[in-house]
Amino acid sequence: MLRLEGLSKRFGGVVATDGVSLEVAQGEVHALIGPNGAGKTTLIGQISGSLPPDSGSIFFLERDITRASLHERVRTGLARSYQITSIFRRFSVLDNLALAVQARSGSSFSFWRPVAEEKDLFEQACSILEEIGLSEKKDQTASTLAHGEQRALEVGLALATRPRLVLLDEPMAGMGPEESRRMIALIERIRSSVTVLLVEHDMDAVFRLADRISVLVAGRIVATERPEQIRSNEEVRRAYLGDEMQGDEVAA
Amino acid sequence: MRRSILLLVVLSIFPLAMQAADNLFYVSFASRVMIYAIAATSLNLALGYGGMISFGHAAFVGTGAYVGAICIAEGVTSAWIAWPAATAAAALAAWLIGAVSLRTRGVYFIMITLAFAQMMFYLVNSMKAYGGDEGLTLPQRASDLGNEVVFYYVVLAFLLGSIYCLKRLTESRFGRVIVAIRENEARAEAIGLPVFRYQLACFVIAGAVAGLAGALLASHGKYVNPNVLHWSQSGTLMIMVILGGVGRLWGGALGAAVLLGLEHLIADYPLAWLEALAPNYQQHAGLGVGAVLLAIVLFAPQGIAGLLAGKKNAAA
Repeated sequence: MLRLEGLSKRFGGVVATDGVSLEVAQGEVHALIGPNGAGKTTLIGQISGSLPPDSGSIFFLERDITRASLHERVRTGLARSYQITSIFRRFSVLDNLALAVQARSGSSFSFWRPVAEEKDLFEQACSILEEIGLSEKKDQTASTLAHGEQRALEVGLALATRPRLVLLDEPMAGMGPEESRRMIALIERIRSSVTVLLVEHDMDAVFRLADRISVLVAGRIVATERPEQIRSNEEVRRAYLGDEMQGDEVAA
Repeated sequence: MRRSILLLVVLSIFPLAMQAADNLFYVSFASRVMIYAIAATSLNLALGYGGMISFGHAAFVGTGAYVGAICIAEGVTSAWIAWPAATAAAALAAWLIGAVSLRTRGVYFIMITLAFAQMMFYLVNSMKAYGGDEGLTLPQRASDLGNEVVFYYVVLAFLLGSIYCLKRLTESRFGRVIVAIRENEARAEAIGLPVFRYQLACFVIAGAVAGLAGALLASHGKYVNPNVLHWSQSGTLMIMVILGGVGRLWGGALGAAVLLGLEHLIADYPLAWLEALAPNYQQHAGLGVGAVLLAIVLFAPQGIAGLLAGKKNAAA
C-alpha cells in the first residue's frame, strides 16, 4: 500500500535517513521503532510530505507521491498525527473534527452558507467523537481537555480525514498507563478499517499492536519482521534493544 | 442584536437630523468615517480573522482611490463603472502582492507587504499625468453624488453591506478555514487544506473591499494624492483594527469611528486647561491617540468591540 524506495535526507553533514526502503501492506499495523536520533521523525516527515527527500521515491496506492504536497497526500488518503499535540486549541472539540471532515468533503471555497447548517458535517464529526471516546466533551474548548484526551483528539483529526493509511507519530507520548490503555484500545478499534504506520517508544504497546515491526537504526532499516522474530533478532538486539529485551515489559 | 438595531436607526436618522440643523459638515465627516470603517473592516478580515499581519493595506485603498479617480478624470463618471473598476484593480493588486508575500511568514510578511506598498507609493508619486505628488483634483464625484445626504446613504449601504458580508463569510466554510489557518497553520495543511490558496483568496477579498473604500474616498473628497498609499496610512488602518477589536465583526468600524472622532475632537475642540499646560497640543493629536491605543492594548486586548461584548465570547 505504501512503498518507500531508497529515501535519503541529509541535514548538513548529518545523514538523517540513509536509503530507507520499506513496505507497508494494506490492513496491517506496522510499527516503526528505533533509538532516539535514528531518523524516525525525519522519515515520518518525508512520508507525510512536510520534508522533501533528497533522493528516493514514495509510492502510495501505486502512485508516485514523492513530489506531492502535504495537503495533496491527505486527499489521497494518507493522514498523520503529531508527536507534539497539534490541534485547534481555541475551537470546540466538535468544531475541530467538523473542520477535518469539511476539509475532505467538497470545496471550502464557499463564502455564504453558514457551516452550522451543514448537519452532515457535524453528524460525521460526532461519529468520530464516539470512536475516540470524547462524545461527552464535544462542546468543550480543545485546550481545556486533559492530556490524554488531547492526544485522542489529535488522532481523531487524522481519522476524520478518512484516511486509507494513518501515520501515528508516538500517540502514547507523555501518557500514563490508564491513558495508554485507552489509546491502545482506540488503535485496536480502528485497525479493521485503516492501515496504521505506528511510531512508538512504548514497547508494550508496539508488541501488542503490531503485525510487523521495522527497526530503524542510524537512518537505516535493519529489520522488518513479525514481533516474535524481532525479539529474537540478534542484529536488532545488538543495535537497539540490548538488555531491555530480556524482560517482556520493555519500556523505552 | 438590540444594539445593532439601535445603531442602525441612529445611523439612518443622523443625516436628516443634521440637515434639519443645517450642519452638513458632520454628514460629510460621518461619510468619511464610514469609508475608513469599510477599509478597516477589510483589513480586519485579513489581519484579525486570517492572521495575516499586512502592513501594506494602504496599497489597496490607494489603488482603488487612484483607479476610481482616474476613471472620473478621464470622463468615465458613472459609479457603476468607476467603483467596480477600482475594486477589481485593487483585487488584482492584492492577488499579485499576496501571491509573493504569502510565501513568507512573520516579520518577513510584514516587511514585504510594507515594501510593496511603498513601491506603489513612489509609483503614483511619479505619475505626472495624474498630478504626481500634488495629487489629482476631480471635477465631480462618481455619478454626480454631490448631495452630502445621498452620498452618506450610499456609503452607509456599503458599510452595512460589507459588515454583513463579513459576518456571512466568517460563519461559512471559507471563514472557518481562514480562522483555523490562523490558529494552527501546520495542522490545517495536515488535514488536507491547501493553506496558501485560502490565504490568498482571503487576502484578495480584503484587498478588493479596501479598493472599494478607496474609490469612495476619492469621490468623497473629489481629490486623491499619493498620501493615501503612504505607509502611515497602513499604520492608521492597523491602529483602527487594534483599537476596535482584532477579529471582531465590528472591530474595524468601531476603531475607525473612535480614532477619527478622537482626532477631530482634539483638533477642533481646544481644552483651555490642557492648552495652558501644553501649548500647541492640538498639533500633536497623535499623542492623545497614542495614549488611548496604549490603554486599549494594556487593558482591553479584545479592543472596544471586546469591551462592549463583555467577556462572554472570545474572538471567533
